[in-house]
Amino acid sequence: MKLQKNNMSKTVISGIVILLLILAIGLMVSCNDNGSSPEATESDSSSASTTGVSNDAMAIAEARGLTPDDITAALKTYTPSGVHDEYIMFASGGHGGQVYVIGLPSMRIIKQIAVFTPEPWQGYGYGAEGTMEVLAGGNVGDSNITWGDTHHPALSETAGDYDGQFLFINDKANGRVAVIDLKDFETKQLVKNPIALGDHGGTFVVPDTEWVIEGGQYGAPLGWEYASLEDYNEAYRGMVTFWKFDREAGRIDTDASFAIELPPYWQDLCDAGKLASDGWVFCNSFNTERATGGVEDGNPPFEAGASQNDMDFLHIIDKNKAIEVAAAGKTIDVNGFPVIPLQTAIDEGLLYFAPEPKSPHGVDVTPDGKFLTISGKLDPHVSIYSFQKIQDAIAAGNFEHDDYGVPILAFEDVVEAQVEVGLGPLHTQYDDKGYAYTSLFLEPAVSRWTLGGDFSDLHEEEDWTLVTKTPVQYNVGHIAAAEGDTVSPDGKFLVSMNKWAIDRFANVGPLLPQNFQLLDIGEAGAHMPVLYDMPIPDGEPHYAQIIKADKLSPWEVYPEVGWNPHTNSIDPNAVALGEERIERNGNEVEIWMTAVRSHFTPEHVEIKQGDHVTWHITNVERAYDATHGFSIPYYNINLSIEPGEATTFEFDATEDGVFSYYCTEFCSALHLEMTGYMLIEPSE
Amino acid sequence: MSAIKKIIGPRVPENMTAEDKKLFRVPTILFGIAAILLVISIFLPYWEMELQAPQYPKGLHITAYANRLTGDVAEIDGLNHYIGMSPLDEAAQFEKSVSVLAIAALSLLILAAIFVHTKWVVLLVLPTILMPFLFLADLQFWLWKFGTNLDPTAPLSSAIKPFVPSVLGSGLIAQFKTVAMPGTGLYLAIIASVLSIVGLYFHRKAYKPLVDDSQ
Repeated sequence: MKLQKNNMSKTVISGIVILLLILAIGLMVSCNDNGSSPEATESDSSSASTTGVSNDAMAIAEARGLTPDDITAALKTYTPSGVHDEYIMFASGGHGGQVYVIGLPSMRIIKQIAVFTPEPWQGYGYGAEGTMEVLAGGNVGDSNITWGDTHHPALSETAGDYDGQFLFINDKANGRVAVIDLKDFETKQLVKNPIALGDHGGTFVVPDTEWVIEGGQYGAPLGWEYASLEDYNEAYRGMVTFWKFDREAGRIDTDASFAIELPPYWQDLCDAGKLASDGWVFCNSFNTERATGGVEDGNPPFEAGASQNDMDFLHIIDKNKAIEVAAAGKTIDVNGFPVIPLQTAIDEGLLYFAPEPKSPHGVDVTPDGKFLTISGKLDPHVSIYSFQKIQDAIAAGNFEHDDYGVPILAFEDVVEAQVEVGLGPLHTQYDDKGYAYTSLFLEPAVSRWTLGGDFSDLHEEEDWTLVTKTPVQYNVGHIAAAEGDTVSPDGKFLVSMNKWAIDRFANVGPLLPQNFQLLDIGEAGAHMPVLYDMPIPDGEPHYAQIIKADKLSPWEVYPEVGWNPHTNSIDPNAVALGEERIERNGNEVEIWMTAVRSHFTPEHVEIKQGDHVTWHITNVERAYDATHGFSIPYYNINLSIEPGEATTFEFDATEDGVFSYYCTEFCSALHLEMTGYMLIEPSE
Repeated sequence: MSAIKKIIGPRVPENMTAEDKKLFRVPTILFGIAAILLVISIFLPYWEMELQAPQYPKGLHITAYANRLTGDVAEIDGLNHYIGMSPLDEAAQFEKSVSVLAIAALSLLILAAIFVHTKWVVLLVLPTILMPFLFLADLQFWLWKFGTNLDPTAPLSSAIKPFVPSVLGSGLIAQFKTVAMPGTGLYLAIIASVLSIVGLYFHRKAYKPLVDDSQ
């Protein structure tokens, strides 16, 4: 009872201190106003109202039952109208198949980028030729896939630091990788992995983004083939794919890409080495037991069968050597794609294993590139490996081998430290204060622990020790810290991507949103409070990356009128004002149209049933935000044409009738009038 | 020959003291500077208008050079079509087509004024003195013409009555606040104008006695 009272009075005192601080800041601001602007003295209410705000604030806090910590959190996150966020987070939208763009610290959703799933607002997949071609690039053979399970976004890097130019993300379900250009925040390319139907360990980029890494997941015969589970060990394989990124073209060059065949362990996450470890790639794995499931037949279910070994295998790949081997043509052709066979990888010395505990999730390279942190999902430790020790062990050549002949380094030879952080460690990020942060799925919490080596001087605590844990709500998967996987993390904010929300928001029925929680990691030591809860009502987001907002420099409008965002040049069918026309050639009808506030030209399009229609529209606007939509009923056409953009769609006029096309963006006071008639005359 | 002599007047005698010669140099320098300023002004904006509205946090800007309009002309034209105003580039087409030559001619005239020592010099200097005011008057004329000749079939013709934007200072059209101000080029032209007046004063002060003497 007494203790409680003490706590109470502490709370009250700190509350008063904070409110006094607000008052003092308010007074300072009002004094400055008075000093700098002559108008302020004239408006007599100025200083009175500023003082009044503080009184009001106190009353509001009391009425809403806000604690001093709540008020602090509000002050750290509240972003006034018109003020921009300091950081931008690119978060996977999970099986919604998209990417979320979120501002930090306000946690406002700023945009959703359509990636694997057709999305009408952006006119993505509803006729616009460029977007249809991008989506078709993600077809799996003849199968037209209309969703994705986005997992791990990767911002392009220059010298190991985010450069704000491109974003990559994978689709676990169908083993695909997307390229998003951050000049216009649009998806420009989907590539389908030719050798694996699914993936997981992507996307990760090397320090200068020449390569985008896509690691596999569930073992299967390479090249989407069939093999009986009886032949799992012989016919099933894992893989890692290296996609060559052509920064100039802004596209993955599939012809210059290759993969490495791996044993049928389930590769999980990967990371590229940087600085000290530049040139190497690390992937972890689980199910080195090679369990094949079959719980219905009395076999152990995967969850048990794949979790028997205390150690799985960290895959250590000499990327530069792999590139040489692939370039030398020491590959086999799988589904038209060059693959370095497992035996070649072993013979050429580009693949090594190191034991890692147990069914790990993340492998995360420290900012200096000297260590890798492995989170053993079913082991309460994070294990820190020294890159130098790995190199020494490889040089020493004292290997054991797995069943496939891959050399295995001795755990004790390569491990630098182990830190007991808690239950269910999954994924690690870094800051600028010599700390690492690891999510703890089971607790659930985010742990902060100290790094050793060159990071030792940055923190006061002992090296390789747990500093603090902050509970999060609930079941945290990945975490993302501000630039927390680059060579220079910022150490300001961390977002805990929680799989379950349970009671955090109003009950909206049995399907709940996910919960992104913003943590303040700016202060060293034990204090690492949760600042904000943000519901994500889409698929289950996995990883995110957080970039300083000023590193992004997207276009406000397309550089020139008639711009084709998919060729990054003036479209040959761009239309200037006054040059609109309709041409007929047999039953081929071609329309060149302009859109400007508040009319389309032409406003009458008369065609005949059975015509094939090719329709070009150019938005000739130069004003920021003057986007026009374009929709036609029945034919499932819906476009978003941003200022300057030229786009094309085609359809067969199968159905006769009168169809009103109209602008779907409320573009001006005369938006409703921005319409036209498409008249399709019956053929007979 | 003698008619030309009558107009350009007597030359400065060679046998003058350095102190006396200074007096003749003043108008030469002032006219010279005025001519240079005019030439420079061709490359600088003469007039600027900013339109402010909530939808345009950075404002919309038109910049008028002697011979062209730049800035958010397309966007302003786009907005103007709602009220039935003609495209801005249709205004003052003649003025824009001759302006560069005209200004060059002005500066040649004022350079010529250095060599004309009679009262005829006034004719050479007067265009430069009047130019900035003629510019503003002409601009005001076009603003009046465009603001009062709105297409009655335009969508917003019933909401926006014909209006005359002010050539300088601020006004209000629908949700737009307009602020018009002189550009650097116009300031240079005004300075040239003032220098011409001052130059003319010193010119007469120096040469009038000479002219009177020669007669």
